[in-house]
Amino acid sequence: MAENNGTYLIRGASVLGAGAEDLLIRGGVIAARGTGAATHADAEGATVIEAAGLVALPGMVDVHTHLREPGREDAETVETGTRAAALGGYTAVHAMANSTPVADTAGVVEQVYSLGRAAGWVDVRPVGAVTVGLAGEQLAELGAMADSRARVRMFSDDGICVHDPVLMRRALEYVKAFDGVVAQHAQEPRLTAGAQMNEGEVSAVLGLTGWPAVAEESIIARDVLLAQHVNSRLHVCHVSTAGSVEIIRWAKERGINVTAEVTPHHLLLTDNLVRSYNPVYKVNPPLRTDADVQALRAGLADGTIDVVGTDHAPHPSEHKECEWAQAAMGMTGLETALSVVQHTMIETGLMTWADFARVTSTAAAQIGRLSDQGRPLEAGEPANIILVDPAARWTVDPAKMATMGRNSPFAGLELPGKVVATFYKGHPTVLDGKLNTPYREPAGVS
Amino acid sequence: MKHLLSTEDLSLANAIRILDTAEEMAAVGDREVKKLPALRGRTVVNLFFEDSTRTRISFEAAAKRLSADVINFAAKGSSVSKGESLKDTAQTLAAMGADAVVIRHWASGAPHRLAATDWIDAAVINAGDGTHEHPTQALLDAFTMRRHWAKLAGTGSIGGDLKGMRVAIAGDVLHSRVARSNVWLLRTLGAEVTLVAPPTLLPIGVEQWPCKVSYNMDETLEKGVDAVMMLRVQGERMNASFFPSTREYSRRWGFDDNRLRALDSLGLKDTIIMHPGPMNRGLEISAAAADSPRSTVLSQVRNGVSVRMAALYLLLSGDTREPAATPTKESN
Repeated sequence: MAENNGTYLIRGASVLGAGAEDLLIRGGVIAARGTGAATHADAEGATVIEAAGLVALPGMVDVHTHLREPGREDAETVETGTRAAALGGYTAVHAMANSTPVADTAGVVEQVYSLGRAAGWVDVRPVGAVTVGLAGEQLAELGAMADSRARVRMFSDDGICVHDPVLMRRALEYVKAFDGVVAQHAQEPRLTAGAQMNEGEVSAVLGLTGWPAVAEESIIARDVLLAQHVNSRLHVCHVSTAGSVEIIRWAKERGINVTAEVTPHHLLLTDNLVRSYNPVYKVNPPLRTDADVQALRAGLADGTIDVVGTDHAPHPSEHKECEWAQAAMGMTGLETALSVVQHTMIETGLMTWADFARVTSTAAAQIGRLSDQGRPLEAGEPANIILVDPAARWTVDPAKMATMGRNSPFAGLELPGKVVATFYKGHPTVLDGKLNTPYREPAGVS
Repeated sequence: MKHLLSTEDLSLANAIRILDTAEEMAAVGDREVKKLPALRGRTVVNLFFEDSTRTRISFEAAAKRLSADVINFAAKGSSVSKGESLKDTAQTLAAMGADAVVIRHWASGAPHRLAATDWIDAAVINAGDGTHEHPTQALLDAFTMRRHWAKLAGTGSIGGDLKGMRVAIAGDVLHSRVARSNVWLLRTLGAEVTLVAPPTLLPIGVEQWPCKVSYNMDETLEKGVDAVMMLRVQGERMNASFFPSTREYSRRWGFDDNRLRALDSLGLKDTIIMHPGPMNRGLEISAAAADSPRSTVLSQVRNGVSVRMAALYLLLSGDTREPAATPTKESN
């Protein structure tokens, strides 16, 4: 029997945090759910997973991951990054376009897609660049990327803002032809020249060039109006300020087709940490104030912010073991996202596990137009499922992570929640909290 | 004190201790043989990632007067892409047995990195980091002000603070490490500080600082001031629209001849004019003001050596070390 045809009977899992139920997985789908699962004809010979006390959730979908390959294999590879993703509870990740070469052609997105399939840990969905070389001057061949084997639907120059308003307008218009979405890195470049950290009380004392909230908010305000004008779909990457949440709330009230993401680190950390000058806290957009953190949590809870995106950004150690101004921006996040969201949103009473499934899976899959991810845990649905032990407590140790990046800002923190198992297309990529084996396509299927 | 990184976390007791020790060191400078054996056999490295002849030679003179061995390390361009990293440089100095590292760096926080990591175990003295702090400059300014303040009161400097002294700090506060270090130290010593600057050259968040803020130089003078500290302003700031022209800057915020005369007409006969140097004569300070009897510019330079001797002495002579607010070691 091929491995992916394996049968698993999950017993007594709390589905989306509700009452205990059984789930039968067979042939890559959920064969049965509930009282009939154990006695289902297909259950014979199933591997039984006792899941009492564990929460069953749809596999997480990251709308924002940097896998670094091709080009920076010293920072991360598709293999290592997707191992980290599987361990973190993900069954799909969107690989951002700022690789070397930039993912701005059908060739590069197909390469990343193929690497993802070969790795087999999660569904790797390449994000296409909006502009050639992320240079912000000329549209990349968005249609070719959409029509490629990678079936790109999300386009982003992430890391760099599409700041030219005409280019942004055209991109928003053009992606309508294939139901695409433009994911904007909202950062007005002139207002953030040389910027090092959030502009405010702390930057004033530290003498680090400020990164004003208005540089993010002004671009979001412009872009939601552009999206409305051309009736297209906008996604706002890594919202980091209270003002941004307000603008997006306003846009949604007007019926503008905008979605937004928040990173785990912006839900927990503030710019006070920069007082250490430790570059592990250097990130784009920067850590903001406590008032921003509270507004982001409220926005995620009330649906203004649709999804959690990790902005997983691994860097080699030499890019962080240096002066603050020299250091690279970015933090790892795939293996801590679930725990940080549980800590900031669930244990604070702001969200339920059903809400968690929405913001980490269902809504994310819809933004990326992934039809087989973020589905309900019902019979007949694809078996992308994770089992989480919400009572677990663990201390973050970057050296023990699967990602090559050691730049976790949560190092040393004790966090709740642990991924016990990840099922990707019905195959356990993670079992007992450890990597199992990658998913392999059934013979004869390509 | 293990390191001298900033004045923000410098206690009143430690500040007074440094200033008092500097008074003792100043006495050495008045002797025919300007040398003490205190740091014989100790190695002080002047690690300068940014050109600064004045500060470097001041530290060099201070270390040599204490009989330390001095190594000058001019390391320009520390980026990973340009060459050796700060980490490698620090580890190299550690391997050479540096007891103290005096670091000047264009990047804010670089001295904190040296102190907080396990790259090197030496005492770290911040000789100016980016737009963050320049604690020995603030200490030498305070030393200069304290002597003036004590003289007016008819008392000695030792043990004294700056309670009640009105200090105006004028100019490019936004980019000034001198201004920041002075604001914290003067607060600690009890002075009343007013920052005078165009709004473009004040940081967002300055309203949280323990000082007043004014956009008007003349009003500040009229309210009465005991010391006016002019900050160097770079003419190139004009190109980034921080102000319209150097002439307008000079008229509105510079210490020109009219303002020098105003001190007399306002009856502020004991008000001193300070400048950390190097001066832009005709821009933030007029030649007449710089050369007037009110100017303490050269005293500041002289006092700088005494203050830096005190800092080196207190950090490197083990018996005077005491716990101070320093970042905990990172184990990376």
